[in-house]
Formats: sequence, structure tokens, C-alpha cells
Amino acid sequence: MNALIPLYVVIPLASAFIMAILGRLIKNIGKVVVVVELLFLTCLTLFFMLKSQGTLVYRVGGFPDVGDIPIAIYMVMDGLSKLLLLIISAVGFLTALYSVSYTREYTAERKFYILFSLMIAGMNGIVISGDIFNIYVFLEIAAISSYILVAFGVEKHQLEASFKYQVLGCLASLLILLAIGFIYWGTGTLNIADISRQLPYSAPFVKFVSLLFLVGFGLKAAIFPFHAWLPDAHSSAPSPISAMLSGVLIKAIGLYVIFRLFFSMFALNADIAMTIIVLGTLSMIIGGLMAIGQWDMKRLLAYSSISQMGYVVMGVGIGMLILVRNGSQTIAAFAIFGALLHLLNHSVFKSLLFLNAGAVEYRTGIRDMRKLGGLSEKMPITSKTSLIASMSISGIPPFNGFFSKLIIILAAVQAQFYWLAFIAVAVSIITISYFLKFQKYIFYNKPGEYDHQIKEAPLPMSIAMMILALLCIMLSLMVIPSLRDQFIFPAVNVLIKNLQYSAAVLG
Amino acid sequence: MIPFILCLILFLIGLYGIITQKNLIKIIIGLAIMEYSVNLFLIMIGYVDGGTAPIFAEKFHIGSYVDPLPQAMILTAIVIGLATTALLLAMAIRLYRKYGTFDIRKINSLKG
Repeated sequence: MNALIPLYVVIPLASAFIMAILGRLIKNIGKVVVVVELLFLTCLTLFFMLKSQGTLVYRVGGFPDVGDIPIAIYMVMDGLSKLLLLIISAVGFLTALYSVSYTREYTAERKFYILFSLMIAGMNGIVISGDIFNIYVFLEIAAISSYILVAFGVEKHQLEASFKYQVLGCLASLLILLAIGFIYWGTGTLNIADISRQLPYSAPFVKFVSLLFLVGFGLKAAIFPFHAWLPDAHSSAPSPISAMLSGVLIKAIGLYVIFRLFFSMFALNADIAMTIIVLGTLSMIIGGLMAIGQWDMKRLLAYSSISQMGYVVMGVGIGMLILVRNGSQTIAAFAIFGALLHLLNHSVFKSLLFLNAGAVEYRTGIRDMRKLGGLSEKMPITSKTSLIASMSISGIPPFNGFFSKLIIILAAVQAQFYWLAFIAVAVSIITISYFLKFQKYIFYNKPGEYDHQIKEAPLPMSIAMMILALLCIMLSLMVIPSLRDQFIFPAVNVLIKNLQYSAAVLG
Repeated sequence: MIPFILCLILFLIGLYGIITQKNLIKIIIGLAIMEYSVNLFLIMIGYVDGGTAPIFAEKFHIGSYVDPLPQAMILTAIVIGLATTALLLAMAIRLYRKYGTFDIRKINSLKG
């Protein structure tokens, strides 16, 4: 079973090259290949989740360890990686299905699918890599393809957003590379499991390096002081790409790596935990407040992403702080469970909302909410699915967002962070208010200034939106203990039992 | 120690360029300077005084040699840097065609 792990990188990379070579000869090969490839990866991940337990390790090239020094490049698959792989492949599959009709307006349609596949390869690579330099390489693969995809329509605002994103993204990559250099200087190794054995427990050196990593990956994940590029890039990109960026990319190349490094590589540290909680809370508040004032519907959704990611960061931060203070493991597990569940839920409902916004823009060509309105009769499927997604994201029972927010808030109360619980409830109310605005101005107000002969979105787009809406309802079943233990708790255990990571990988 | 300080100065020059310059091309140059300084830093980590190339052969017995791993890393980083710089320049050209200027104060269709 270990030999299947490299497939996550090999399949998307190989299909990107196949598309590039055969694309000129066979029309529409890109669409077919991407959809089939991602469906296969989704099934493979589900198979891994159901059939395998513990940590799987694959050594690239098969070089054995010399003494206890790992020589080969490690690919590690544990509970956290599996959860992220499921998000990447499942949301990627539905987005690719949606793109099949959305990308007809582009002249270079073939290249869209090549870059999409490369982006998937990069994200999968980050998630299964057990080696810090390979994380950097895959991060650049994912980031460069996303820079191009943001500017895919080569319109004025897209180019501007992409340039801004690129400058900040390059800066983040350089900080990460610098931090990797320092780590190699201090420990003489690049393998995450090996580094965690060699790093000194607490020293100014470790603090400095963790700060570099936090800024670098914070820029990639758009946590509060580093969020400037996100509203531009996510709102200007073509809608399927906005869904991928907001739903998957910021989680896979930002938050996942932060969790992996600060739990499994560095020793847990109260200062870093406090910083993470504060940054998470600030992004929650500021993202929410900024979202209220937006009139561009995709920009509103982009700010809402910052706010919702704040919940995830705060939940994980609370868990981390409890672990540092040797508090109850159960409460820490509860907080991290809520955060990871919210990560999964957010990837579903936020990509659905971006796809809805894309469907509206595809039919009307308008993004300003003041000029829209009355679409609920003209586009019933888009309207209904976006209502489900809006209710999920604002935390209305029985949709999935309610449970994950409730768990995070309950965990904050149990850990006696009453202020954080209060802020989380307040931001939840803010979320309801801006999604009421979103619903009212697009779907329910009196009809706006668009062509009134519009129809419902094309069939592939409708199918993708309906499946995502169904997932919004189904994922609330994740709180049932047997499903929870099967899908989410392996990931929670990786973070809770952080000291066992290097033993599990190096054996 | 002096090479490391010079490397830090180079890094800060690049950062200064990114923050203060208003011209797209100058921002790209700033990023390139920062990238070179990081590459230099990584090379210096692997440097050993009086070391030779790490070639492993029977007749070629050597005492101390430089660490080859940072060099391999730098080769990868240089290729990635080439790709990002090329992409940035391509975007700058496209931006110039749309806006007719390289000045970031005049490229401001996105607000809020």
C-alpha cells in the first residue's frame, strides 16, 4: 500500500504533460483527463482513509537509512495528510466538472486544464512530503500555476491582482527558503522527523526560525496582517479558480504546513500558540467587518474566507495552548477537532459559494450586487444551492457549519477562554448579516439591470453545485462518533500526539 | 562573519526596493536581489574553509570537501527563481499594454 503514495504527485504531473502533448491532436482531452484523474484520486483517498491506519512512509528511490540518518526523500501519509488529500481531490473534482462548461469563453482553454492539473500536483506534493525542502519546491509549483490561473482572462484587474499576489507570494517563498537554510544550518538535515529530534528545545534560534516560517506561511494562508493580496486575487480570478484558491489552496499551502511544522517539527511553544490565537482572532474579526461593506459579490466572499480561516486558526491555537500548558488532552482534542471539521466544511461551502457567484456572473456578466437582484426565479438551482451554502457558513442548524462553529465555541468555553468564545459568537452574527445581504441583493431584491432572458446555468455547472450542496448537508453527519473516528480523528490524533511523529516516520 | 553581514545587507536592499519603489520593473529587480542574497546565504552554509569539490573516486582521495546538499538545493531554487522572475516580467509587459504605464500608483483598478 505504501507504493501507492507517489501516485498523488505522479498522476497529476503525468496527466499535465499528456494534456500538453496530445492537446493539439485530440480536442477536449484536457477536460476528460482532469475530471477522470481527480475522480480516481478521490476514490484512492477514500480507500486509504477506510483501509489504512497509522503512518505510511514511502522512500523515493528506495535508499535505506544509514544508521539512523534518513538519506532518501520521505513521503509521509498520516491522518492529517489524508484529510487534506480528500479535500484537494474532492473539491478539485467538482470544480473541474464545473469548469468544463465555464471555460468555453477562453481561447486558451487547453492551458487552463494543464495549469489546473499542475496546481493539484503541487498541493498533493506539499501534503504528502515529509521533507522540508520538497515542501518548498511543491509550494512553488502550486503557487506559480495559481499566479497564472488568477490572471487567466488577461483583463486589467486580473493582471493587477495577479501581480500583487506574485510579489507577496515571492516574498513569502523567499522567507520560507531563508528559514529552510537556517534549519539546515542548525541541524544538518531536511527531513521533518529528523529535524524534530535534532532541534534544541527552546532557543533564540528556534524562535527566530519559527517566526520566519510563521510570516512566510502566514502570507500564503492570508492570516490577518498578511492578507492584503487575498481579496484582490480571489475575487479577480475565474470563478472555478477562486473556488480552488479559497476552498483548497490557502489551506493546503498555508494552514496545513503551519500545523505540520508547529506541531510535528518544532517543540510546542506557548509564545507561538499565543501568537497563533491572536492572529486567528484578528483575522476573524477584521475579515468579517471588511466583508460587510463590500458590493462586489466575489470580494465579499473573499473577505469571508479570511474570517472563516480565523476560526480554524483560533481553534488549533487553543488546542496548542492547552497542550503546552499540560491541560486536559480531551479539551485540546475537542478544540482541534472543531477546527479541522471547520476546515473541511469551509472547503465545501466556500467553493460552492464561489461557484454560485461564478454561475451568476456567467449568465449576467455582472459582479456588482447593486445591479443584480430577483435571480431566484430565473436561476432556481443556483439560488437554492447558494441558500444552503449561506446557511451553512453562517452556522444555522442542521447544516455542517453550525456543528463545527459550535464545537470551536464550546471548546473555547471549556478551556476558559470566555472572551474568545464571545468573539466567535459575535463574528458568527456578523457572518449571518453579510450573507443576508448576499442573498437579498442577488436573489431576492427586485430585478436589476441585466438581460431578463437568462436561463439556469449549464448542466455540468448545476450538477457540481448540487453535489456540493448535498455535501453541505451530509457533512453535518461527521459529528456522529463512528464517522468522526473514521475520518477526522486520525487527523486530530496526529496533532495531539505531536511527539510521536518522528518515531512513527523514522521507525 | 563578514560575508553573512554583507548577505544580510543585500537582503535588506532587496526588501527596501520592494517596499519603496513605485516602478514595476524596479520591484521585480528588488525581488531578484533578495533571491540572490538567499541563494548566497545557502551556499555559504555549505562552505568549508580549504575544502574541495565533493567528488568521490579512488585516486581522488580528499581530506575535507564542501557540503554538496546546499548546492543541489540552490540549483533547484535558481530554476524556480528564473520561472518566477520570467512570469513577473511577462505580467509587467501585459500590465504596460493595458495601462500604458509601469507606475503602481496609476495601476489601481482594485480597491477596498
